[in-house]
Amino acid sequence: MFGTRYRMGGVAFTALGALAVAGVFTLGAGSASACEECKGKFEVDGKKSGYLYSNPSTQAMEDDDFDNPGMLWVEKGRKLWAKKDGKANKSCQDCHGAPEKMRGVYPVYPKYDPKTKKLINIEQRINRCRTEKMQAKPWKWDKDNLLGVTALIGYVSRGLPVNVKIDGPAKPFFEKGKAFYYQRRGQLDMACKHCHEDNAGKYIRADFISEGRGGGNFPTYRLKWQKLGSLHRRFKGCNKQVRAKPYKQGADEYVNLELFVKWRTNGLPVEVPGVRR
Amino acid sequence: MRMTTLLAGGAALALMAQGAAAEVTKVHEKGLKPYEIVDGVSIPKPLTDKSGDPKRGAKLMVARKKGNCLACHKVVQLNDYPFHGNVGPELSDVASNMQEGEMRLRLVNPKVLNPDTIMPAFYHTEGLHRVKKKFKGKPVLTEQEIEDIIAFLKTLKSSQ
Ligand code: HEC
Ligand code: HEC
Repeated sequence: MFGTRYRMGGVAFTALGALAVAGVFTLGAGSASACEECKGKFEVDGKKSGYLYSNPSTQAMEDDDFDNPGMLWVEKGRKLWAKKDGKANKSCQDCHGAPEKMRGVYPVYPKYDPKTKKLINIEQRINRCRTEKMQAKPWKWDKDNLLGVTALIGYVSRGLPVNVKIDGPAKPFFEKGKAFYYQRRGQLDMACKHCHEDNAGKYIRADFISEGRGGGNFPTYRLKWQKLGSLHRRFKGCNKQVRAKPYKQGADEYVNLELFVKWRTNGLPVEVPGVRR
Repeated sequence: MRMTTLLAGGAALALMAQGAAAEVTKVHEKGLKPYEIVDGVSIPKPLTDKSGDPKRGAKLMVARKKGNCLACHKVVQLNDYPFHGNVGPELSDVASNMQEGEMRLRLVNPKVLNPDTIMPAFYHTEGLHRVKKKFKGKPVLTEQEIEDIIAFLKTLKSSQ
């Protein structure tokens, strides 16, 4: 009896191990090097992804799905995608099918939403599905659930060029985002452009400044955060650096700014989950 | 008497011409001591009666929560401290190239010289947008701290 039980335990363990390995391989789409489709695309029409401003060890972490810590969130997102929730007892999968069906969604958000007559971004879109279709509670910004599903939606679009629309009804919101980008703020009185347009490629103390084209890599794993974080969290950080009062994640001001930043990223590849310092 | 307007600052300004060509702009911003800009390029008079202390000035240039000048400027005389940025010009020989008064205006409000500069105004409280509560109405550096930094800048000559 003892022998049998022991053996059963052994078999179960092996089976689980095999499953886990198979799972990882599915995520990497059969390849150990992650963003195969991004390779050679990090510079387009003179625009450079922050990837090219990262040091080689950070790039290597992003390049390899096994090393990229952001993949833990993508995996979590995949589980949540298939999990029924809310009073409607539905999962994302019930309405949308496999996550891969969402390929092409990430590059075009934020976009104009006729219902609220303002922009909507991916996090807000996910939460709208939760509250309206699933009758579930919205997820909180920069917590693992929302980060996970947002990262998953970015991940399945890897390699596609960012391609937001700024004409038509989105235009006035784009203009607001643009105004935000060029407005000086905070006690140190700097605008986004002072760092990311005027001084990209230079050092501010130990920080190597990129072009701020963060429209293709968020949510990004930041070594400094030791976790994945949203683009709006990055905006807050950049606001605080100049001693300005930040906005809350999901504020209209940040969604408008997101459209502007993503437009500056148009043409560069989706590389979610990015890895940055 | 010739009247001009100053683009940057936004403070209540009284402008007057003094003597031959010197054009003096009085600036008095909220919560700060008044000072005078001469010919749009210099603040010749110190902001305090007490002379600046170069040792404290050096510390203020390094301190991240104070001047943090090393964020943008290389200063070889401060090579004991790591990570000098390169956004602004090197200051290791600045005393050979600039008068004290020019340094003072540069620190107090560099936007008078270059409205598009990234360099913060260190003695300026008006016309700012969304300043964090903690810093509202306060300059980045006090008038004495500005004088301490100038005292240190005056020692920076590469020929030494
Ligand atoms: C005082 C300098 C400074 C200002 C002003 C500033 N940033 Fe940044 N920003 C940085 C630094 C330093 C980093 C980290 C290194 C990098 O990626 O550039 C960064 C990173 C970013 C990133 C991440 C890029 C990536 O590839 O992951 C984005 C996006 C960004 N900033 C946008 C903005 C926006 C929008 C504003 C204005 C609201 C702004 N920044 C203002 C210094 C600044
Ligand atoms: C965020 C960047 C930044 C910071 C912080 C900064 N500076 Fe500057 N500084 C500049 C830039 C850029 C210039 C070049 C001129 C311009 O932009 O108008 C400059 C110019 C100067 C000059 C004129 C040098 C010359 O050769 O013409 C002096 C002096 C100076 N800075 C001193 C300081 C001191 C002292 C501090 C700290 C108390 C400081 N700066 C902080 C960016 C900065």
